[in-house]
Amino acid sequence: MPSRKLFMHPSARILKCLIIISCLALLIVRFYAAKADDRALKKVTFLPQWLPQAQFAGYYVAYERGFYKKYGIDLTIIPGGPERSPADFLKKRQADFSTLWLSAGIQMRAQGVKVINIAQMMQRSGLMLVAKKSKGIERLEDINGKKVGLWGPIFQIQPQAFFKKYHLNVEVIRQSRSINLFLRDGVDVASAMWYNEYHTILDSGLNPDELTTFFFQDHGLNFPEDGIYTLEETFNRDPDLCKTFVRASMEGWRYAFEHPEETIAIVMKNLEIAHIPATRVHQKWMLERMKDLICPVDVHVPMGTLLSEDYDRVAKCLRENGLIKQIPKFTSFNRCCNRYDEKK
Amino acid sequence: MMKKNKGIALKLSLLILSSISLIFLLIFAYNYYVSRQIILKNIEANARNHASATVHQIDAILRSLEKVPETIVCYLQNFHYDRDDILKLLRSVIDSNPQIYGATIAFEPYAFENRRLFAPYFYQRNGQINFTYIPYEYFYWDWYQIPKELNQPAWTEPYYDEGAGEIIMATYSVPFYRNVSGKRKLIGVVTADISLSWLQKIVASIKIAETGYGFLISKNGAFVTHPNTNFIMNETIFSVAEARADKRMRELGRKMIKGQSGFVPFQSLITGKNCWMVYAPLAANGWSLGVLFPQNELMADIASLNYIVLVLSFGGFLLLLGIIVLITGSLTRPLRALSRAAAKIGTGDLEVELPTLKSRDEVGNLAESFRYMQSSLRKYIADLKETTAAKERIESELRIAHDIQMGMLNKVFPPFPDRKQFDIFAIVEPAREVGGDFYDFFLLADQHLCFVIGDVSDKGVPASLYMAVTKTLIKAMAQQGHPPGEILTRVNRELVSGNTSSMFVTVFLGILDPLTGRVLYANGGHNPPLVIRTQGSVDFLAPTGNALVGALEGLSYETAELVLAPGEALFLYTDGVTEAGNRDAELFSEDQLQESLQGLKTISPNETIEAIKARINAFAAGAPQADDIAMLMIRFQERG
Repeated sequence: MPSRKLFMHPSARILKCLIIISCLALLIVRFYAAKADDRALKKVTFLPQWLPQAQFAGYYVAYERGFYKKYGIDLTIIPGGPERSPADFLKKRQADFSTLWLSAGIQMRAQGVKVINIAQMMQRSGLMLVAKKSKGIERLEDINGKKVGLWGPIFQIQPQAFFKKYHLNVEVIRQSRSINLFLRDGVDVASAMWYNEYHTILDSGLNPDELTTFFFQDHGLNFPEDGIYTLEETFNRDPDLCKTFVRASMEGWRYAFEHPEETIAIVMKNLEIAHIPATRVHQKWMLERMKDLICPVDVHVPMGTLLSEDYDRVAKCLRENGLIKQIPKFTSFNRCCNRYDEKK
Repeated sequence: MMKKNKGIALKLSLLILSSISLIFLLIFAYNYYVSRQIILKNIEANARNHASATVHQIDAILRSLEKVPETIVCYLQNFHYDRDDILKLLRSVIDSNPQIYGATIAFEPYAFENRRLFAPYFYQRNGQINFTYIPYEYFYWDWYQIPKELNQPAWTEPYYDEGAGEIIMATYSVPFYRNVSGKRKLIGVVTADISLSWLQKIVASIKIAETGYGFLISKNGAFVTHPNTNFIMNETIFSVAEARADKRMRELGRKMIKGQSGFVPFQSLITGKNCWMVYAPLAANGWSLGVLFPQNELMADIASLNYIVLVLSFGGFLLLLGIIVLITGSLTRPLRALSRAAAKIGTGDLEVELPTLKSRDEVGNLAESFRYMQSSLRKYIADLKETTAAKERIESELRIAHDIQMGMLNKVFPPFPDRKQFDIFAIVEPAREVGGDFYDFFLLADQHLCFVIGDVSDKGVPASLYMAVTKTLIKAMAQQGHPPGEILTRVNRELVSGNTSSMFVTVFLGILDPLTGRVLYANGGHNPPLVIRTQGSVDFLAPTGNALVGALEGLSYETAELVLAPGEALFLYTDGVTEAGNRDAELFSEDQLQESLQGLKTISPNETIEAIKARINAFAAGAPQADDIAMLMIRFQERG
C-alpha cells in the first residue's frame, strides 16, 4: 500500500507534534537571541509549493550559494509537498513567503486572504494535456468523448476552459500524482506539467512522436504559474525584506540557469535528503523547461514581472467559471519587487 | 651478382612466408569465426534457458501470491459478509502469508455500510500485525484507480514502503463486482502488498561468469533490481539511456516493456564491457528480466585458445623463417660461389677452383656441369693451341711449297733473250698457296722450243706434288727427243704405274720449230688452245680426241701439227680461266675468252695475258677464285 507520508501511524503523529513543538521552542529562543543582536540576520521562512525539485532550483541555489545571507536573510526553506498547503502556511503565518500559482493567488485574494504577489517567476504555463496517438488522438477534436485525467481544482481551471472553448465533451477522471493510469491506458488523455510528468512519460518508454500534446498556453489559456507570495501585512511591515528576498531569489535563478550542473547537484542533494526518488536527467529536463517558462518572452520585460494582461486573463477566467465573484484590483494584488536594483 | 642472389633468398623467404601467413590467417579466421559461432549459439541457448528458468521461478511465486486477493474476491462476490467477516478474513491472510505485508478490501463510496471511505487495512510491522482504516481518499491511487478503470486485476509499479523499512513492494489489486439490477457494478478493490525482497534476491543471485548479472525493470522501465543500487527505484532504463545518450538502449527498453524477448549485444552498465543480453517478460505483471553475459569472459576459453594458437603460429613462423633462410642460404651459397667462379672463367682463368658440392641435386648438377664445362674449355683451348700450331706449321710449309712450286716455274721473261724467233709469256695463279696448274718451256737439243701447260685434277699440296712429278717426267721425256704424242704416251705410262692416288692431269704439249714456224703438239684432255692468226682470227685448235693423262693405262697420244706464220700466236690456258665465276655463278666461258682475244690489238704475249687476267678479274668482280688459273702464250716472230 503506498501509504507513505500521507498515511501515518498514530505514534508518528505524536512524533511529528513533538518535532513541531521543539522547533517552535527553538524558534522562540532564537528569536530572542536574535533580538539581542542588532546586526542579526532577519529570520525568514519560505515554503515552495511542491517537492524540492528543479522547479524550485533558483531558491535552493540561492540558499546554497548564500545569496539570502548576503542580503541579511536567515532563510529556512520548509520542504514542500502534498501535505503542506502554501495557502494554509501563509494564512497561519507558518511561512513568511511561499510560491503559488497565479490562479491560486488571485483566488486567495478574492476570498479575502490579503496575499500579494511580489514576483511572478513563471511567465508561461507549463500545464498541458498528453494523449497517445495509438489511442487515436491526433487532433484536438479527437479528445471528444474520451477519458481525461485531471488533477485537483486549481489544475482543472485551464482544462475546463479549454473543453468549453472547443466544445469538447469528456469523461473526467480524477488523476493522482502518478502518471501510471495514463501509461496503463486507464485514461486516454492525461494532465501533465511540461517540465515534470511529460518527461516522466518519455522516461517510461514513450517517444515524443507517439504522443499528441496540447499546451494551454497555445490555446489562449496561458496562466502563468509559480509566483512568490506573502501577506500584505508582511510587506507593509518590512518592504525591504520582501525586495531583498525576491532579489536574492532571482539571483539564484540566474545563477541556476548559468550553472546547470552545479544546480542539478544541489537539487539532487535536497531530493536525497527528502528521500524522494530522483534522476539527474529528469531534474536536468525540469531545469531546462523552467528556464523556458521563467525567462520572459519579451526581452524588455525584467524577470519576475507580473504582466497586467496575464493577470486579467487569469482573473476573468476565474470569474467566468464562478471561482471568484470579483476580480481583485491588480495594483492591490501586485507589489512588484523585481526592480529592486533600479529603485535602490 | 651478390645482390641478385640475396634477392632470390629474400624473395623466396617473403613469398613462402607471406603465403604461409595468409593461409594461416585464413585458417585462423575461419576457425575463430566458426568456434565463435558455436560458442555463441551455446551461450544464446544457455542464456535463453537461464532467463526463462528465472522468469518461470518468479512467475510461479507471483502467480501464487496473486491467488490470495483473487480468492478473497471470489468469496466477496459469492457470499454475504459483514464487517467482522472482512476483518477476520484480512487478518488470516496476513497471518498465513508472510510475503504479504498488507492487505485491504477498499470499497467504492457508500458501497459498504453507507460509508464514503471504507478500507480496513491489516499490515505487518516489526513482527506484529497492525490494523487501521485507510483515512485518505484512496480512490485516486494507482492501486485502486488502475484496476477500477481497466476493469481487471493489476500490479502497481514497485514502490518503497518507508514504514516497513527499505523494502520494495508492489501491490496486486483485484476489482470485485456485484450484479445490481442486471448490471455489473464495481463494489471495490482487494489488494495485497507484496514484498519483493525475495524477487530481488532471486535476480541478484544471477551471476554469469565474473561480471554478468541480472536486472529487472518494471512496466514503466524502472529498475526493480540492479547491481547498481542507485538505479533501483530512481532510474528507468530510459533515463539511463537518456543520460548516456544511448538510443539503442532506449529502443531495447521499449522492446522490454512491450513484453518482447530477445538476445542482443549490450554494454554492461557496471563494467562497460560488451555483453550479450537476454531479456524476457514476466507473465504475471509484464515486468522484464534482463540477464547480461559478458562476452570476453564467456569467450575467455576460446580467446586463450586463440592466444595459444597465435603464439604457436608465431613460433612456427620463426622456425619456418629459420629453415627457409637455411635452405635458401644452402641453395644460393654454392650458386654464388659458382657465379664468382664463372665470372673468373669469363676473364680467362680456367684454372679457378670450382666449389665442391656433395649434394646430388640441381645445384650439384649445375656445379658438375660447370666443372665439365671448365675441363672441356681447358681441353678445347689446349686443342686449339695445338691445331693453331699445326696450322701455322702447315701454312708455313705451304708457303715454302708455293715458293718451291713457283720456283719450279720459269718466271724470267724473256726467258731466251737471244732468241728473236719467238716471244713467250706465262703466269700461274694458284687458288690456294700451292696449286695443280703448271706451265713449262725449255729448249730441246735441236733448238726446238718445247712448251707445256697442264692441270692436275686436284688442287693444293697433292696436286702440286703430282704436278712436279708430271712436269719433271714431261721434261725428261721431251729431252729424249720424242714427238709430243710419244712424250705424253710415255708420261702416261709412268704416271699410271706409280699412281695410287687416282690423280690425273690434263696436258697440252707443243714443240715449235723456230725455223719454220711448224708446231707439233699433243693434247692429253686439255682445253683446246686458241690460235691467234695474223688476219685477226682467233680459233680453237681442233681437239685431238686424246684422253687425260695418268688415269688409264696403255693410252697412246697422237701428235698433230700446225704452222704458225710470223706474227701468229698460240694461247694456252687452263680451265681456271674459262670457268672463272662471278657472284651470279656465271662462267667466263670459252666464247668470252675468244672474244676478248679477238678484241685485243696488242700482240705481245705479256700484254695479252695481263689484259685477259684483268678481264677475268673484272668479270669475277671480287668473287673468290675457285680454281687455279694458268695462261701461256707463245708468238712466233720470224723464221730463222
